[in-house]
Amino acid sequence: MVRKVIEIKNLIHRYNSSQDGIVIEALKGVDLHVAKGEFLAVIGHNGSGKSTLAKHLNALLLPHEGSVTINGLDTRKKEDTWAIRQQVGMVFQNPDNQLVAATVEEDTAFGPENLGIEPVEIRRLVDDSLERVGLSSFHKRAPHLLSGGQKQRVAIAGIIAMRPNVLVLDEPTAMLDPTGRKEVMATVSALNKEEGLTVVHITHFMEEAVFADRVVVMSEGLIAMEGTPREIFSRVEEIKRLRLDVPQIAELNGCLAKEGLLLPPGILTLEEMVVALCQ
Amino acid sequence: MLKDITIGQYVPGISFIHRLDPRTKIVAVFLYMAALFASGDSTGYLVVTVFTISMVFLSKVPWLMIIKGIRPLWIILVLTMGLHLFLTQGDIIWQMGFVKITQQGLRQGVFMTLRLVYLVTITSLLTLTTTPIALTDGIESVLKALFVPVAHELAMMMTIALRFIPTLIEETEKIMKAQMARGADFDSGGIVSRAKSLIPLLVPLFLSSFRRADELAMAMEARCYRGGENRTRMKQLQMTGLDYMAFIIVFVLLIVCIIIRFWM
Ligand SMILES: Nc1ncnc2c1ncn2[C@@H]1O[C@H](COP(=O)(O)OP(=O)(O)O)[C@@H](O)[C@H]1O
Ligand SMILES: [Mg+2]
Repeated sequence: MVRKVIEIKNLIHRYNSSQDGIVIEALKGVDLHVAKGEFLAVIGHNGSGKSTLAKHLNALLLPHEGSVTINGLDTRKKEDTWAIRQQVGMVFQNPDNQLVAATVEEDTAFGPENLGIEPVEIRRLVDDSLERVGLSSFHKRAPHLLSGGQKQRVAIAGIIAMRPNVLVLDEPTAMLDPTGRKEVMATVSALNKEEGLTVVHITHFMEEAVFADRVVVMSEGLIAMEGTPREIFSRVEEIKRLRLDVPQIAELNGCLAKEGLLLPPGILTLEEMVVALCQ
Repeated sequence: MLKDITIGQYVPGISFIHRLDPRTKIVAVFLYMAALFASGDSTGYLVVTVFTISMVFLSKVPWLMIIKGIRPLWIILVLTMGLHLFLTQGDIIWQMGFVKITQQGLRQGVFMTLRLVYLVTITSLLTLTTTPIALTDGIESVLKALFVPVAHELAMMMTIALRFIPTLIEETEKIMKAQMARGADFDSGGIVSRAKSLIPLLVPLFLSSFRRADELAMAMEARCYRGGENRTRMKQLQMTGLDYMAFIIVFVLLIVCIIIRFWM
């Protein structure tokens, strides 16, 4: 059996709006397992509960009902909070609001310093992490002088320097230009494929979900669809009902099917489309 | 315009002073201040003056940078000089009506003004020869050595300020341009209308700063930040022979000033 790194059982989370006393149920009973080394993409329209789910993965939020277990550690146990946060690294949406220090290397060192690691070892971790995200030559640079994509890679370096088992990214590309988006995706893919890091990638760019081993679609605080990118994106009508876009090629496939040209379902990239059409 | 603001106006260099440990420099500044306040006569001031000038030469920091640091203080300097000059009682050396200058007043005025100038010079020298990051680390470990309870928090605040000031400056410029595109005018009118024109600038800036602080706090927590306890640092400050030499030099200065003051 594949080892489960993340196990979420019937997770319910409510926000109490302090002003008007309304209770919003942001997660309404989510069940989800993530296997070691898996690349999971989570998609869903705004307000569907993606960020809330992400914050449960490293105990930034705690379940009101149900449970979240990380490598056997229950997030509700206070004494395991820091162990969980070390194991599950989080990259947030806004690249400007998650870097702490005035130089790239000092920022990368922030997490390991919090863990109380020896200075010599921190140095090694920092150099190694910056190398892995391809920013070694920028180590003395001030964060505000970097591009958006580079800032997000610094954020990733700061996380992997803590030696986590899981990397959770909450719309890390939402504020980036196309080049920055590619940079970040390439970095994340490489960490997953080459080093076996488990990745939970939350995004609203369907093209990014195509890279994943598995896609989860959230809607109104529940998991609405789940499957491989091929399965998910061949269900064009259902995705549209959930107010989401389909990757362009998948959409084209859907249109062709309506017009009577039946190609195999689940075509996701331009190359696959060309091959299918030429047959 | 706003881009010209520099924080900590560090002047890169490899001089003796640049290479000192930030802790050495901070402690030395305090010893120097003690020497300065111990001095009270012309011999003492001569010693301090020679020392101060030698330090500026040693650091190879351009004099212009030092003068730039002193210039904003000119009102205080003139005031100090004037108050001492005209209000000290003693042997009159010049008088016109009820305005008089005394010998003691002249002496006091010159000494006090010099004291202020030297204070600013030496503290500028500290910030001009130390990177803001090194300065923060230095302040943190000096405060820790003095058992100041919030040493780590203060240092963390300075670190975050250093990180975010450029970002906030960028944002201010962006908002200014956006408001100017809608016809806002920041540069004309009297004080009141100028102050009013700042409101549409400051309100969005404040709101976004609070949002930033919120998100940053969450990101820090996610990275296992839980205050200064059990926290280590990647960069360890390292004292060298140079630092011990610097300590000896400043100690000698202090002792000489004390001897001149009390035994000569
Ligand atoms: N701090 C909060 N206080 C109150 N309601 C919140 C808060 N954060 C999120 N919500 C609400 O919870 C729901 C899910 O939000 P979120 O998890 O941020 O969704 P997503 O990341 O998918 O856009 C939304 O309806 C949102 O308005
Ligand atoms: Mg979100």
